[in-house]
Amino acid sequence: MMTREAAISLLIAAGLLAAPLLGNAFDEPFVITLATKVAILGLAGTGLNIALGYGGMVSLGHAAFFGLGGYVAGILASHALNYEPLFTAPLLVEGTTQMLIIWPVAIVVSGVAALVIGALSLRTTGVFFIMITLAFAQMVYYFAISWPAYGGEDGLSIYIRNEFPGLNTLNPLHFFAICYVLLILAIGLSFLLSQSRFGLALNGARQNAQRLATVGISPFRVKLTAFVISGMMAGLAGALYADLNRFVSPSMLSWHTSGEIMVFVILGGTRRLFGPTAGAALYIVLENTLGDVSEHWLLLLGALLVALVLFARGGVIGILAGQPRHA
Amino acid sequence: MTVSLIVEQLLNGLQFGFMLFLMAAGLTLIFGVMGLINLAHGSFYMIGAFACAAVAAATGSYWVGLAASLAAAAAAGALVEVAVIRRLYRRDHLDQVLATFALILVFSEGTRWVFGSFPLYLTVPDFLSGPVALPGGIDYPLFRFAIILIGLVIAGGLFLLIARTRLGIRIRAGESDREMIAALGVDIRKLYTTVFAIGAALAGLAGALVGTIQSVQVGMGEPVLILAFVVIIIGGLGSIVGALVSAILVGLADTLGRFLLPVAFDTFMDSSTANNVGSALASMLIYILMALVLFLRPTGLFGTRAH
Repeated sequence: MMTREAAISLLIAAGLLAAPLLGNAFDEPFVITLATKVAILGLAGTGLNIALGYGGMVSLGHAAFFGLGGYVAGILASHALNYEPLFTAPLLVEGTTQMLIIWPVAIVVSGVAALVIGALSLRTTGVFFIMITLAFAQMVYYFAISWPAYGGEDGLSIYIRNEFPGLNTLNPLHFFAICYVLLILAIGLSFLLSQSRFGLALNGARQNAQRLATVGISPFRVKLTAFVISGMMAGLAGALYADLNRFVSPSMLSWHTSGEIMVFVILGGTRRLFGPTAGAALYIVLENTLGDVSEHWLLLLGALLVALVLFARGGVIGILAGQPRHA
Repeated sequence: MTVSLIVEQLLNGLQFGFMLFLMAAGLTLIFGVMGLINLAHGSFYMIGAFACAAVAAATGSYWVGLAASLAAAAAAGALVEVAVIRRLYRRDHLDQVLATFALILVFSEGTRWVFGSFPLYLTVPDFLSGPVALPGGIDYPLFRFAIILIGLVIAGGLFLLIARTRLGIRIRAGESDREMIAALGVDIRKLYTTVFAIGAALAGLAGALVGTIQSVQVGMGEPVLILAFVVIIIGGLGSIVGALVSAILVGLADTLGRFLLPVAFDTFMDSSTANNVGSALASMLIYILMALVLFLRPTGLFGTRAH
């Protein structure tokens, strides 16, 4: 029998797919853009959920991976468009506008960053972990601001959206389809991870690291692996986000972005497969509807978030699906 | 590069350090006593600056404005503590981060609503404007010099408050065992509200003073907030002495780094690259410092227990 959460998840997946199709049918292209944004930010949140939800690692620095992914897309594209190679020695590396090359590079770059940041940060726990991940993200942020080669504070424009073989990425529906498929794949991967031996170990590392260590599994390695996977997903999302806006700027790396990704996860429900997507959808819908009510919509959003934290624990999916799965 | 330039940068670093201390002292007290991470602390800094600018403009007196900054920030702090923060003490850090992150949105947008998006400016009161002549023929802005002195006085006052007064005893007792002091008949809720308001007032004062040198605008608290977090992490969470030492360390490292690193790289690179590398590294310097401290001493310089 299907659980209530599974039914809600299916509904969310179907709703996110239906929105841009309806937007297309009723000639509301803006809806497609919003749905694409939900899919991309949902992907970033799905990444963070692995660290924060399943691994219990409260990272306030995921903007670093998100932004690095974005900069990979921006930098590779700008080199390709200027016909300037990235490196000439020791081997010639040229820029590219192929998403199929950009994505793996974004994933590897953000993965390596997550490996370094994670390995250093996981020496600490609790508040110290929150703050040290924040500090590393700020390092990357200030580096991006003060390094002039790729636009510095002004950011970097991607004049033509990068390409995907067989699709016209400038068609909003095609680009949405790419993002949606990647989101579903990431959620699928999260599901497989959570069901696997590794997922059980990660659960153990979150709940009682000492016990996990006594059965012969190193909590550090399990957590670090989860942190790297989490960072990679955020990096991929960043590359897509850069392509959506055709623009990368240090604001993708700012701590506000880290906070927002965290808001998606918690708004939707931590340790819920579709939680981050639901959270991102709610956030973006609120942003756009409250924005019509008042130009000071952030005030309303902030108040709403405070109320949610205080009175509705477990996020949207927690409210709808009832009983949190036993933690 | 002259000696007077270096002395001036040293003084700037000190001044920055003392302002960071005013922010960090409140943060670290709140964390030490209540175990709360308050991301909205930067909002009190902003509220203090706006209150000072508005009241100084209305009354024509900078000092009334400064008093208003303390009062407004303390009042905002007490209000938020009673309405929201109080419910977060027993929650995990994740909830605290999220709720106080949301509070930043509320405060920033609320301030934008009342005061608009344009920055306000404060004028330095007459008898503090102009330079002061320091020994060795160094001219230094008198107001910045006054800020250093104010910082020193407040730091001293805070230490006296904590070491010598009844309230201080309660704060220290609250840090070590909150159940016990509640059992001894101390109204713990009132104590928490008081501590929170004191922390907010210090942040508000810092905002008003820095707002006088720079400008008063929405969002001004956030960069300072993150620096203040770096300060209390380096100093050790909950330690006021640690906050003072590390605030001055961070203030000096940041100011001198921005000044010296480009010059240092210039000795072995061409000057435009040196400038880029130097300023990029300088802006990351204190975060590198923090990562180093945490790596070598995960509880901070003066921290005793892990939280």
